[in-house]
Amino acid sequence: MPGAIYAEGLVKTFGDVRALDGVDLDVPEATVLGLLGPNGAGKTTAVRVLTTLLRPDSGRAVVAGIDVLKHPNEVRRSIGLSGQFAAVDEYLTGRENLQMVGQLYQMSSKAAKARAAELLERFHLADAADRTAKTYSGGMRRRLDLAAALVVRPPVMFMDEPTTGLDPRNRQQLWDVIQELVAGGTTLLLTTQYLEEADHLAHDICVVDHGKVIARGTSDQLKAQTGGERVEVVVHERDHMAEARTVLAGFGKGETTVEEHTRKLTVPVTGGAKLLAEVIRELDGRGIEIDDIGLRRPTLDDVFISLTGHAAQPADAAAGDAPPTGAEPADAKGRKGQARKEAVK
Amino acid sequence: MSATTSPAPQLAAPRPRGGIVQSAKDSLVIAKRNLIRMSRIPEMIIFGVIQPVMFVVLFSYVFGGSISVGGSTSPAAYREFLMAGIFAQTVTFATAGAGAGIADDMHKGLIDRFRSLPMARGAVLTGRTLADLVQTTLTVIVLAVVALIVGWRTHENLGKVLAGFGLLLLLGYAFSWIGALIGLSVRTPEAATSGGLIWLFPLTFISNAFVPSDNMPAFLRHIAEWNPFSATVQAARELFGNLPPGYPEPTAWPMQHAVLASVLWSVLIIMAFRTFAVRKYRSATA
Repeated sequence: MPGAIYAEGLVKTFGDVRALDGVDLDVPEATVLGLLGPNGAGKTTAVRVLTTLLRPDSGRAVVAGIDVLKHPNEVRRSIGLSGQFAAVDEYLTGRENLQMVGQLYQMSSKAAKARAAELLERFHLADAADRTAKTYSGGMRRRLDLAAALVVRPPVMFMDEPTTGLDPRNRQQLWDVIQELVAGGTTLLLTTQYLEEADHLAHDICVVDHGKVIARGTSDQLKAQTGGERVEVVVHERDHMAEARTVLAGFGKGETTVEEHTRKLTVPVTGGAKLLAEVIRELDGRGIEIDDIGLRRPTLDDVFISLTGHAAQPADAAAGDAPPTGAEPADAKGRKGQARKEAVK
Repeated sequence: MSATTSPAPQLAAPRPRGGIVQSAKDSLVIAKRNLIRMSRIPEMIIFGVIQPVMFVVLFSYVFGGSISVGGSTSPAAYREFLMAGIFAQTVTFATAGAGAGIADDMHKGLIDRFRSLPMARGAVLTGRTLADLVQTTLTVIVLAVVALIVGWRTHENLGKVLAGFGLLLLLGYAFSWIGALIGLSVRTPEAATSGGLIWLFPLTFISNAFVPSDNMPAFLRHIAEWNPFSATVQAARELFGNLPPGYPEPTAWPMQHAVLASVLWSVLIIMAFRTFAVRKYRSATA
């Protein structure tokens, strides 16, 4: 039986661009699917098709058991959409916005009023309820937008980059709401550029690029696909790099990569923390002073790069990285990706 | 944000009733929303009133003495002649309001939200045009008071005068559907404002609104006589009793049957542009 969100062979072209190039999705009830990809990968187009805003050129989609192309208005009763922009009327108060949405969901005006009050309370907007949304902060507008998507407690929710532009505190709050919703039985499709977000929220992840799903699975499955753990060492003295490399080669299960300017060496390993302790002892025994050492699990950024050959985020973010030495290209990019992710944190 | 968990049972929205009842109800919800918006941006309403008032003053005092209507060059005669033209021009400015409002909704993602709701498909546009009609009506009332102050008078019974205003507002409503289509077709509210206005200038000037069309070159005169805008101006003049005594008998059909022509043009514009606009709305992409 297909899940709460099901799509088969979705194709949508805009001129020469194949925004969706045969996308299949299947999201079981009360789970979160993370649609992960860079800008222009087709994430938003997929959401627009599934929320009845855009007709695909071909393919089939079923949401909450209803055919999206045949019965769009029936689908609309069962979904909530929170888009990339906080789609609220800024000249209306928070309360007026929610009441309007409730009425347009065909609730009676009394029911819409009661539900608006409930949501304002729940999203910590009660104090601002009768101020125009124009006076709200970015985080408050996002919360109001999400509240608007939840007016009818829809069984299926779509959120298109819900936390883009939010500060960490607001992002965490939104994550809490999302987890609460899913615990309550809501099925959610979430698009994001933040690998951390997909990792944190999604049961299953589809990596999309150029309109195609290029990988799917749980976060752990995807990480496993990229290979296991690595030991990363930053030595204090440049002169010690050669010797450190020899040490690591003795423990490693693959080629050691070296970044001269940061004095960082990375080697794939198996054996986890126990092995890490051995590496430290060995380096210490040889008098090699280290600034930093750690066991790194692959990040979703690494997954993305190993799948697509390019970073999930715009290339200019990595412009500061000098060309690595002694590494094959894919690996080199992998490390760049990781450096960037740490910067994002 | 975790204090109260919403109850587990998932409820889809009530089944839409569909049909004309839902359509009317949804349109009113949207109209109310737009009226609340307008009331919170009073400067828009104020500018909407200042412009036509300025036109009344400029035309009647600057051009008033030089334009001959029906053989008379008295400023008072011109002022009476002019008012129907100013009213008609004022109501057509609703085009720009509707266009800018809808373009703004597109730009801010509100149209996407509305399109994802189980609401009647024409309601977002109908609601907007109805709200514009309310605003236009208020503007016309203020303008009529100003016109009375500067000496404009009607010479027909109240029923006819009200019918004249009715035709003017119907024209304004029709034009707001053109505005809706413009708003859905451009990328920014700014483009909708200027795009909603420029074409109104030739449309309102190549007409009988400010000067009698009889003195125009034959080519322009034909355009002016068949201009939908002229029909309403002529009809309003007839119904207000503002046609000066010596005004030549019209020869073109829409000028001879101005009231009928005005209604026909407005209804035709509404039918055509409503169809185009709703179709465009259904496939709108922000």
